[in-house]
Amino acid sequence: MSQAVPYTIVIGLEVHVQLLTRTKLFCRCPTTFGAPPNTQTCPVCLGLPGALPVMNRRAFELALRTAVALQCRIPPRTKWDRKNYFYPDLPKGYQISQYDLPLATNGYLEIADPAGRFAPKPIRIRRAHLEEDAGKSLHDEAAGVADSRIDLNRAGTPLLEIVTEPDIRSPLEAKTFLSELKLLLLYLEVSDCNMQEGSLRVDANINIHIPTASGMVATPIVEVKNMNSFRAVERALQYEAERQYVEWQATGLTKENAPKQTRGWDDQAEVTVAQRRKEESSDYRYFPDPDLAEVTIPAHQIERLRDEMGELPGALRKRLEQQYGLDAYASDVLVNQGKAVVAYFEQVARQCGDARRAANWIQQDVLRVLNERHIGIEQYPVAADELAELLRQVGDGQLITSRAREVLERMVQRGEKLEQAIAALGIQSVSSNQLRELCRQLVEANPRIAADVRAGKRQAVGALVGQAKKRNPNVNPAEVQRICLELIEQSE
Amino acid sequence: MWQERSAIEWLRWLAEGRVSAVELVDAAFQAIERTDSRVRAFLHLRPEQARVEARSIDERRRRGEELGLLAGLPIAVKDVLCVRGEPTTCGSRMLAEFRPPYDATVIERLRAAGAVLVGKTNLDEFAMGSSTENSAFFPTRNPWDLSRVPGGSSGGAAACLAAGQVPLSVGTDTGGSIRQPAAFCGVVGLKPTYGRVSRYGLVAYASSLDQVGPMARTAEDVALLLSVLAGHDPRDSTSAPVAAEAYHQGLDAPLGRLRIGVIREHFESGLSPSIAGAVRQALDVLAQMGAELVEVTMPHSPYAIAAYYLVAPCEASSNLARYDGMHYGLRCDESLPAGDGNEGRQDASRLVRVYRASRSQGFGLEVKRRIMLGTFALSAGYQDRYYVKALRVRRLIRADYERAFERVDVLAGPTTPSTAFRFGEKLADPLAMYLEDLFTVGANLAGVPALSLPCGFDENGLPIGLQLQAPWFREKRLLQLAHQFQQRTDWHKRRPAL
Repeated sequence: MSQAVPYTIVIGLEVHVQLLTRTKLFCRCPTTFGAPPNTQTCPVCLGLPGALPVMNRRAFELALRTAVALQCRIPPRTKWDRKNYFYPDLPKGYQISQYDLPLATNGYLEIADPAGRFAPKPIRIRRAHLEEDAGKSLHDEAAGVADSRIDLNRAGTPLLEIVTEPDIRSPLEAKTFLSELKLLLLYLEVSDCNMQEGSLRVDANINIHIPTASGMVATPIVEVKNMNSFRAVERALQYEAERQYVEWQATGLTKENAPKQTRGWDDQAEVTVAQRRKEESSDYRYFPDPDLAEVTIPAHQIERLRDEMGELPGALRKRLEQQYGLDAYASDVLVNQGKAVVAYFEQVARQCGDARRAANWIQQDVLRVLNERHIGIEQYPVAADELAELLRQVGDGQLITSRAREVLERMVQRGEKLEQAIAALGIQSVSSNQLRELCRQLVEANPRIAADVRAGKRQAVGALVGQAKKRNPNVNPAEVQRICLELIEQSE
Repeated sequence: MWQERSAIEWLRWLAEGRVSAVELVDAAFQAIERTDSRVRAFLHLRPEQARVEARSIDERRRRGEELGLLAGLPIAVKDVLCVRGEPTTCGSRMLAEFRPPYDATVIERLRAAGAVLVGKTNLDEFAMGSSTENSAFFPTRNPWDLSRVPGGSSGGAAACLAAGQVPLSVGTDTGGSIRQPAAFCGVVGLKPTYGRVSRYGLVAYASSLDQVGPMARTAEDVALLLSVLAGHDPRDSTSAPVAAEAYHQGLDAPLGRLRIGVIREHFESGLSPSIAGAVRQALDVLAQMGAELVEVTMPHSPYAIAAYYLVAPCEASSNLARYDGMHYGLRCDESLPAGDGNEGRQDASRLVRVYRASRSQGFGLEVKRRIMLGTFALSAGYQDRYYVKALRVRRLIRADYERAFERVDVLAGPTTPSTAFRFGEKLADPLAMYLEDLFTVGANLAGVPALSLPCGFDENGLPIGLQLQAPWFREKRLLQLAHQFQQRTDWHKRRPAL
């Protein structure tokens, strides 16, 4: 890594995760993405006079599940607060959120890099809380008329905000943390984490610490927004660290004598740009929402969630290494593909009896198809037991690897069953007698090659292997070579 | 004929076929026609819909269908409760043109009970005030003396009863807004336990204090209406999961030797002598009925007004933030000529101008005063000194009630420090107006039920109210006591000469 830079990067992340509930946080409107504007609204999420919120228990449960998985401290009771500010996409003039008693604090998430670019480390979670999303402002600046429209379909959608401590030391760590968090959320089935649809949104706080003759100097903290992919996060933070160093060299401004700034990532120009501050005061006048009761969280609920949690990515990687003898890289690749791929792998491994072969084939052949076709393992045309049978035959020597790849290719392309594909390719197993007879004929018919071999040009036997494959494509080339050499030596 | 009978009596006549719902509705509109040009209790009337609904009730009765508890009775509703597709102004310019797309739970319950809504009554804007002078449209006059206020904020709700326009009326009470106008107009009004009646569809002033309640000329009618209004509502998270009762049944049941606490602080400074006299006389009546009078002290009651005027404005400042001219209600848009560069900045400042213009023109003085008070008291650096401290006082006041109710079954005292005042008398002095709530805010801060009923008249012939308060969810006890008091007194039978 570029650890040659003369400073330390300090990053904290704020992640907003849209929870996978059918309905909104405080009303029964659906949360489906992409409906025509303002069709998924009711008096509650429109903020009409007299309407009152009622908490969605499912959303609260999903948030708790995440908090448990992040090893957070969960208080016995939590409450709802109003965050007051004016904005057109906020119909009540306040957002229902959680201020001083969030549902989770003091957790952590382990991150590691199989390529070893940084040492494994825990990233501490400062807090996680639930809040309702605002609507969307659609600005139409065509024809010089600033015409803004508001879509309130999203207003009231449950968001879990997860805030880390500033434990992240590089853009790569930031990206790794986000990937690991996303994977965890997918395993927990609490969010679809779709960044394009805004189900996962990331803001970052970053500054750099520079050692100088007079001690360590910290640059002003910058909040970076508008990063629409993990790749964008990595690049934006890389850019921002470098920018802060250059700016510090020019101005000498530090955290102590300059205010926090908000900058947006411009994906096309690949720069961060200072953002205009919203014309709202930063005094949100938080106070407990008198329309909602406090929520008590009984210990048995947390225990139940822990019991129902299932295996999470970190533990799963270790188990795959121990139980199947996979290396760290392979287990990482499989686990990162999600629960369903791991289940597929485990079935193939069990049934074919060779976990490493199963892991290799899935990584090389199966995942390639999934990526090319943008499908999940559920849509992959070859069932786990069929792949297992194919690999078992490879292991038995009934099928050579190259022929097996042809078989799999045919099963994927044409949706054929294993036997169908094998028959269609004319593959028949060759008995050892048949093979020996074939080799004998070839050695007899090619005395010059036999002579060459005897003269020490052992590679000349390759021509015999080629002829054998032409006569019968099902022969195992290594076997042909071994038998031919044996026959030539015997006939000496 | 109209004023002589109570709602309960009319129900009997309806059941016996001696009068029809249509006749009752017609009588209500005739009374309104005759008196409301002077009283001005109503903001909106709905004669056509009311007659259609009354006809349908009569029709269903003829067919022998099962009818609700209020079937065929005309009722008035304070204009802070949402009625689908009909004006719901909250007495504010801000919502002058607003028509909600949904019914408040209370309205649904009234419809289901067969009540016939005749119209929406006037109020202080967003229920903020004690005189109905803060209505953006016009003040309501006290039927006992048209030069005086009917009280507030449910001034229209009380005046329409005193004027004999309707037998039943729904008000709301945040700091005394049902009880003080009931006292000023010589009618009965109950603020139920917080959580007893759903707030869904009640346009919020101060969410932790607001409560919908019944008003009528007799305690029995108030009980009848409460039986319909009360009950758990899953759409209101603060609604209590406590079963409602048939409050109007068993009102004559003997109360035994009820211990009645007389709040010492309520008879100290500031109470008008005629009120003190009338209330003492009423206490004597209660004693004759078999109650034991016990003096109790509520040591934190002197701080109730201060606590109330922090908690309520803080919540109001947030509750009223939604009236910003963006989505509904009044929008004052001073648009700018487009295309002079820097769209972004111009757009943002234009947004602020729309906010400022809409809220400046949409809200009246008192509403603005409370929004500013609340905004200030919630601000960073001041919140602990004001809002948080007020919440502490609120807990102490609640503890006062808990202690008192260990010793007594009911608390009794005056509803107001003075009788109905003249228009304009307190408008220039908000503090004097706020002191109107001196005896009533305690029940809101503690969440207990409290009722005001007529107990005499002052030297000017103005009604005086007796306030009875009971422990949480003991509405029935209050109503029994009030009903049995009314069996022995006739204050509630007197009518203003209109």
